[in-house]
Amino acid sequence: MISSVLSQHMTRSYTRRKLTYRAMYALLALASLIAIIPLLSIFGYVLTRSLPGLNLAFFTHLPQPIGETNGGMANSILGTLSLILIASMIGVPWGVGVGLFLSEYPPGKLSSVVRFSADLLTSVPSIIIGLFIYTLVVIPMRRFSLLAGGIALGIIMIPTVARSTEELLKRVPMHVREAGLALGLPRWKVILRIVLLGHSRAIATGIILAIARVSGETAPLLFTSFNNQFWQRGIDQPASSLPVQIYTYAISPYEDWHQQAWAGALILVLLVFFMNLVTRYILSPRGSRK
Amino acid sequence: MRRMISVLLGCLGIALLAVIIGVSTEAATLINGAGATFPFPLYSKWFSEFQKVHNEVQINYQSIGSGGGIRQFTAHTIDFGATDIPMTAEQLAKSPTPIIHIPTVVGAVVLTYHLPGIPTGLKLSSEVLADLFLGKIKTWNDPRITQMNPGMTFPTDPVTIVRRSDGSGTTAIFTDYLSKVSKDWKTRVGTGTAVNWPTGLGGKGNEGVAGLIQQTPGAIGYTELVFAKINHLSIAAIKNSSDEFILPDLLSVTRAAASVTQSMPSDYRISITDPKLKGAYPISAFTYLLVHNSMTQNKGEKIITFLHWAIAEGQEYAQKLFYAPLPSEMVKKVNRTIEMIRLTPEENV
Amino acid sequence: MFSFSPRPKSRKETHLGDFIFASLLRLISLGLALMLVVIAFFLLRGAFASVSRFEWSFITDSTWDPVQEVFGSAPVLFGTLVSSSIAVLIAAPLSIGIAVFLNELAPPKIGKAIGFLIEMLAAIPSVVYGLWGIFVLAPWLRTTVEPFLSKNLGWIPLFTGPYYGVGMLAAGLILSIMIIPTIFTISREIFKTIPTTQREAALALGATRWEMIKISVLKSSKSGIGGAVILGLGRALGETMAVTMVIGNRSEINLSLLAPAQTMASVIANEYAEATSDIHLSALIEIGFLLFIVTFLINAFARIFILRESRR
Repeated sequence: MISSVLSQHMTRSYTRRKLTYRAMYALLALASLIAIIPLLSIFGYVLTRSLPGLNLAFFTHLPQPIGETNGGMANSILGTLSLILIASMIGVPWGVGVGLFLSEYPPGKLSSVVRFSADLLTSVPSIIIGLFIYTLVVIPMRRFSLLAGGIALGIIMIPTVARSTEELLKRVPMHVREAGLALGLPRWKVILRIVLLGHSRAIATGIILAIARVSGETAPLLFTSFNNQFWQRGIDQPASSLPVQIYTYAISPYEDWHQQAWAGALILVLLVFFMNLVTRYILSPRGSRK
Repeated sequence: MRRMISVLLGCLGIALLAVIIGVSTEAATLINGAGATFPFPLYSKWFSEFQKVHNEVQINYQSIGSGGGIRQFTAHTIDFGATDIPMTAEQLAKSPTPIIHIPTVVGAVVLTYHLPGIPTGLKLSSEVLADLFLGKIKTWNDPRITQMNPGMTFPTDPVTIVRRSDGSGTTAIFTDYLSKVSKDWKTRVGTGTAVNWPTGLGGKGNEGVAGLIQQTPGAIGYTELVFAKINHLSIAAIKNSSDEFILPDLLSVTRAAASVTQSMPSDYRISITDPKLKGAYPISAFTYLLVHNSMTQNKGEKIITFLHWAIAEGQEYAQKLFYAPLPSEMVKKVNRTIEMIRLTPEENV
Repeated sequence: MFSFSPRPKSRKETHLGDFIFASLLRLISLGLALMLVVIAFFLLRGAFASVSRFEWSFITDSTWDPVQEVFGSAPVLFGTLVSSSIAVLIAAPLSIGIAVFLNELAPPKIGKAIGFLIEMLAAIPSVVYGLWGIFVLAPWLRTTVEPFLSKNLGWIPLFTGPYYGVGMLAAGLILSIMIIPTIFTISREIFKTIPTTQREAALALGATRWEMIKISVLKSSKSGIGGAVILGLGRALGETMAVTMVIGNRSEINLSLLAPAQTMASVIANEYAEATSDIHLSALIEIGFLLFIVTFLINAFARIFILRESRR
């Protein structure tokens, strides 16, 4: 097959073929460079534009009324951390549980349906999850709340955590489980103690990646955790979050707020990248086993 | 490595602690409100000043637009709403509990534009304004504009209309005005918090519109007066029903409010656009807070205190932010309305 | 998938703890699978009023008029389709090209570094893209790119009319950047599964490296690449914040890429919290439902594509 296709090419002169190769090489290298330009531009602007807005007040103060300077995003930073925490409380056990079900039990109809659903759930636009939680949680509770936002983010986390847990546990050699079972341990203890705890480091990477993904989400928070210019007052009250605050400030006409939006963006990007780097670091010594 | 994970977990733990402490040491009552962006600069000032005097209350106000204020208030997701256009009789009828409108200040919707070389002095008649927003006048050097503004050189730029993308009381005030002055507008578009715009770019909130105008040469749009002032946008003078070109300012907006003192209904739901009074700016309106006529003890008490404060001490902040205070005869009436709000024992939440 | 396993297939879970544990896992897994159904149900319930009132005209009608309470989503569907198509048209060749370059041609070190940078693109939050879009991309388009397009290509319907910076073009561009990592990562994974022998065979027969790529790499991973591109499309369709911030928010069908538009996701983000009438709200939920169905179908389709590829 290959030779027959190749023979068509061979009819052309060798120099021309060599030239085509060179041209394609240059073209593809150029494509790679083009793709990096937006990244560099985003980084460059986030870094330079955020500098004037980054001061102590940014990290310690609450947002101020329009026209008054010295406002900060302290409550939004705390809000984002709290949202992550609530989301993890839902997304991690649920996700890991599903991951265990997929990797530790014999594949059957249910597991392939679950796997497929998890994949599809990952690709449901996050704003849809926001709509869903608004009707499911906000309306019955009669208020926007930190909890609603956390649930929305938690749901987004589940499939990601589930699939990464499954993938990582599949790499665990069978004899590890066999050893446990041979000792007469019940299966669930083998799964929890040996399979899960023994590979908690690897599973943590999947969890951190899922957290990194949801911590930048804005759309599902617009009508769930809403916003709040004060410190949050409990789990059943609206709460501020970095992404929503950045959005609010970005579309405003105030120079001061724009600066803060950039500063907020820097913090958010740093947070997400830090998590990504941590996972790379955790995985790197084991890279060879991938 | 484990250390790193534990540091991460530690961070999360601190956040958890903060959440829990937030629950248990809840000294101040948090009151949630949302709605109009039109009075937001004033409201954000009010809530911050009010908290300085009454530190047991925190009022969280999100400017999501008047449409949102009405929607979320009737859905009971917030404690009070804010809107620039009174709710319709139909909307009021749908609410399970009676709703009270509390007018707070008078504001003006101004036409702001971004024309390089013409920082001030643009004059527009109501007909030209309607045709601009209907998309009939497409360029700035249109004779109908140049004739009205002798001595100015207009660029050949296309007109970019900037309007709201969200449900908005500012839009309602503006479209209410256009419907009054233009038959064509009334039949083709009509009045509402969100309408089917014939043309233009959508910005979210007064903030978004002001932002877009700032960034787009050739743009014209409508915002609340303070947004134009704060952002140093150019403001157009509009021809009123007495054929005067009027710039929006404290005096001309107060005149507009004065035009209805005789005919004010008991629930304050009235439009003051296109007033028939000399010297009055034609596009202004009362802006309202929406509250239930009966509220639970704790929050209700605080909301009532705030409302009284707003129409007394609060009025002082209005002028600095270019809103006209309520006419004094109205203040008394509104105070009586606030006193009529009933308090009910705490629900078991 | 697993040829042998010590996981008992037929043996009953005898231990009580085992039984409880297994049931629990099965239950939450079932719960996850049902989540899609529950979401669809809630959306459909919310959209019921709109579906029964507008029926098919909801999709075909192009008026979106909250005052008259007439809702037709054609402009919004159009905006979604066009902005995503622009994104795919730009991002697909670019990302596949990069995947080829990094996997087949570039020195390994450079390949790794660039691959890392491109994966970083995926980590940037949508709202940060939006921020950059408002303050960097849109002004650049308005002052540099669009005047040029308008002047030189204004006779093509795609580039007629006034330009604002924000609009369909800005949305398409920002989406294209956002989906590059999606298409790139999957394509590269697919290229990696192609055995080296296949490449060596082509080279041994005297092919240049480029011919080898065409014959051994691209030809044999056609359907997988197709799946990757469709997954990229799925991502673009549902992307909300960045698009909302730069698309200009106008519900109108306009062929010009310079004109503002509106997508399904952006109209929900803009109007959902503030729709006053019940039917307006219902119409927005119906858009949400349509978006859900479309992304569902597209992703299901793409995954089956890729699955077939990897099974082969």
